[in-house]
Amino acid sequence: MNGDQIGRSVRRTGGYERVTGQQEFVGDIRLDGMLHVKLVTVDCAHARIDSVNTGHARALPGVRDVVCAADLPSPMPRFGPVHQDRPVLAVAETRFHGEPVAAVVADTEQAAEDAAAAVEVRYEELPAVATIAAALDPGMPLVQDPDLRTGPHAATNLLSEWRFGWGDVQTQAADHVLDSTYTFPMVTHFAIEPHCFLAAPDHDGIAVWSAVQHPFALQQVIARLLGLPLAKIRVRAPDPGGAFGGKQHAKYEPLLALLAVRLQRPVRLELTLSETFQAVRRTAFEIRLRSGFASDGTLCFQDAECTALVGAYADIAPRVVSKACYYMCGPYRVPAARIHARALLSHTPPATAFRGFGTPQVAWALESQMDEAARRLGMDRVEIRLRNLARAGDHFIPGDKPADGNWPEALRRAAAEIGWGTPTAPGRGRGIAVGVKASATTGASYAIVRLHVDGSATVMAATSDMGQGARTVLAQVAAQELGIGVDQVRVVMGDTAIVPFDLQTSASRSVVFMGTAVLEACRDIHAKLRVMACEAFGLPPESVQITHGMIRVPGRKLAFAELLSEAFAGVRGEVIGVGSRRGERVGTHPLGGPPAFYEFSCTACEIEVDPETGELLILKHVSVADVGKALNPAQAHSQDEGAAVMGLGHSLMEHLILDERGRILNLGALDYRVPTTKDMPLELHSLLVENGDGPGPYGSKGAGEGGLFGVAPALAAAVADATGAVIRDLPLSPERIWEELTRQPSVSQPPANT
Amino acid sequence: MTEATGGTVTFTVNDVARTIKVSPPTTLLDALRWQVGLTGTKKCCAEGECGACTVLLDGRAVNSCLVLAVEAEEAAVVTIEGLATSGRLSKLQDAFLAEGAIQCGFCIPGMVMAARALLTDNPSPSEADVREGLSGNLCRCAGYQGIVRAVLRAAADGATVER
Repeated sequence: MNGDQIGRSVRRTGGYERVTGQQEFVGDIRLDGMLHVKLVTVDCAHARIDSVNTGHARALPGVRDVVCAADLPSPMPRFGPVHQDRPVLAVAETRFHGEPVAAVVADTEQAAEDAAAAVEVRYEELPAVATIAAALDPGMPLVQDPDLRTGPHAATNLLSEWRFGWGDVQTQAADHVLDSTYTFPMVTHFAIEPHCFLAAPDHDGIAVWSAVQHPFALQQVIARLLGLPLAKIRVRAPDPGGAFGGKQHAKYEPLLALLAVRLQRPVRLELTLSETFQAVRRTAFEIRLRSGFASDGTLCFQDAECTALVGAYADIAPRVVSKACYYMCGPYRVPAARIHARALLSHTPPATAFRGFGTPQVAWALESQMDEAARRLGMDRVEIRLRNLARAGDHFIPGDKPADGNWPEALRRAAAEIGWGTPTAPGRGRGIAVGVKASATTGASYAIVRLHVDGSATVMAATSDMGQGARTVLAQVAAQELGIGVDQVRVVMGDTAIVPFDLQTSASRSVVFMGTAVLEACRDIHAKLRVMACEAFGLPPESVQITHGMIRVPGRKLAFAELLSEAFAGVRGEVIGVGSRRGERVGTHPLGGPPAFYEFSCTACEIEVDPETGELLILKHVSVADVGKALNPAQAHSQDEGAAVMGLGHSLMEHLILDERGRILNLGALDYRVPTTKDMPLELHSLLVENGDGPGPYGSKGAGEGGLFGVAPALAAAVADATGAVIRDLPLSPERIWEELTRQPSVSQPPANT
Repeated sequence: MTEATGGTVTFTVNDVARTIKVSPPTTLLDALRWQVGLTGTKKCCAEGECGACTVLLDGRAVNSCLVLAVEAEEAAVVTIEGLATSGRLSKLQDAFLAEGAIQCGFCIPGMVMAARALLTDNPSPSEADVREGLSGNLCRCAGYQGIVRAVLRAAADGATVER
């Protein structure tokens, strides 16, 4: 029997392939007879398409096909995870910068690119809705065709709105009321792997390749599009080269599927990085928050007006907005809350999920407000948080899952690690912020585990290993339960024709949902082995004991493989276990169901501001994650460190810059900065809280998003601590900090530190 | 399409002599991926900003998206596929695994090649040297902490003497 596989930092499954260049990403796949697709776009966000002349393009060498809306089924097929509003190609109008009006198919990428440039699109540019103010202006054009929408807001740019809350904000007394507005701009996922898609006829069905986080969701989209049974749609999802929420839902796979059927040939589309930026982006927010506090720092009420600028098509943004805003009050106890949230359509790329699913946006407002309150009340910033933080078991949101972790412990550990309460040098400041995210609510994951006759095992699980290391952790769970080494386990993922259903890889759900499914499948194997042992030895079930890879019967102890080689001596065989975890809908819950767990995180930092340039140097950054139990500590740390550094991006440098016509000005790596090694904090510490209080295997919770939640508010708080400058708009770029210091010369004098 | 019909390039890739036909605008990156068939070198920004396509050209780290294939005439090119010998990882590659420096892995081939060049130039780099030397390679999983540790570990392990 092997030792404990849980809590060990075993090397990453798939790591060898990744350091040798052998890992096959979707862009590395070559299909025989494959044709290349290029999208045709116009250089504006909102335009009326008058005509598309494909004649010149068709005549070019190597060109096989050119299609525009008129060549596709009518009415135009549409898709989307919330509203089926996104057309395969633009119909009548383009609605965001980069929306394709036509597609070219050619023998080579170069021929496709040349032909795409030769397609003549006659269009008239129209005013674009690119800001919240424009979206609310009744004089501005409607983004979507009102005839395709239903409900009372169909003739406006309001996509959806929600009202949440409890208690009575109006009558709740407070000694201090703070009222501030915070903004969080559009940012882009910028996975290093740009989007790439392939599709090919597959006997009487179709195969589609995409580095998609939710292969089964894509399968459903394609089945509906082509009118084929699910069984005839094979989605193959190689491990994504980074996803972060940007690869959740269908983009150009429907177009590729139609082209593959039309031409009866395999087709491939690899987006450029600029086109990838235009595919989806993070949901932008403006949050006005009125907060009431008693003079001892106790929260009395929260009154939030959350306005999200989503894109031209809904994608998953309505869920991002509703879920994040429902949890607008964060991890704090508050007797009264009133939350009004709106998602506004705009002529911008569809807004979607992005690591944190709206939590970084709402935490930016909430945690900055907690600092405002501490300043107003003259309270310590850790103290005001501790006073209000929910304790384990507290129903901090009435009717929802109670707090499920020791959140004050995480806050105290971060404070201790950053040296909270000790003096800082002149020009330096500290900040601290917490964040909580509700994990997956509903959904199902299934797993199959095959125990082979030699004791090795194959795990079949449709989780997408996009960098979080799911393959490794699922192998550890199976290895633990089957008493073998991780090197004896193969994890098969990413093929809907082979692996059983999984709803999605998102919301840090995989350890809890798929991990439990794998655990259950192994326990199913245990049950089957017990029956086999009873038969083999003529014993009643109670005299057979099964623990981690060993079967104990009176007078004998044998490994699983020994029993199997005896039982299967004749015609061979294997034992197949099936497991699942389902989160059912709860009708009364505003989000469809309470979360399986809360992901809680605390960020603390110490920074120095250069008053001449506004540049910010991070001396130390501490990230504390409550993970329940780290199944693989090295991976848990690297996820948390990665989240922390990714968070530096939206906090300090990232935003998509749009002109007044809605065109994105900084497409691509040259003009859109993300953190590099040189932006790293001088010191970065990741700490894990492990109280074994999660619902996943061995007390685990999901992780990997939390490190982002508190980065922006902690940094802004540190800037305020160092300089007195309070900034409520992201990113905290040198220009913005410098302007703030210049605008308020008095604030550049560091306040006395306590 | 450009009028030029192209010509041939003769070079070595991971010590194997190759002659391939290319059109003049073909980048070394595309030639490696599509014509030589080595897809370990990755394409991301295609404008020399992300480092995902880093390879060694006569021992120097280059963004292969900014080098024309014809410029590699008679050059020695080393890609990520050329580091392991007989399936055995180089110390540098092993250090990436040992330090848990890999998340999605898409930046890793370019990152490893950049680190390879860094260690050749500076066998005993400080942490600051590594941060400086790898600043042209983006990792969006932001696993920089582990990556920097891996390079320092490889240096301590004498990784500079191997290719």
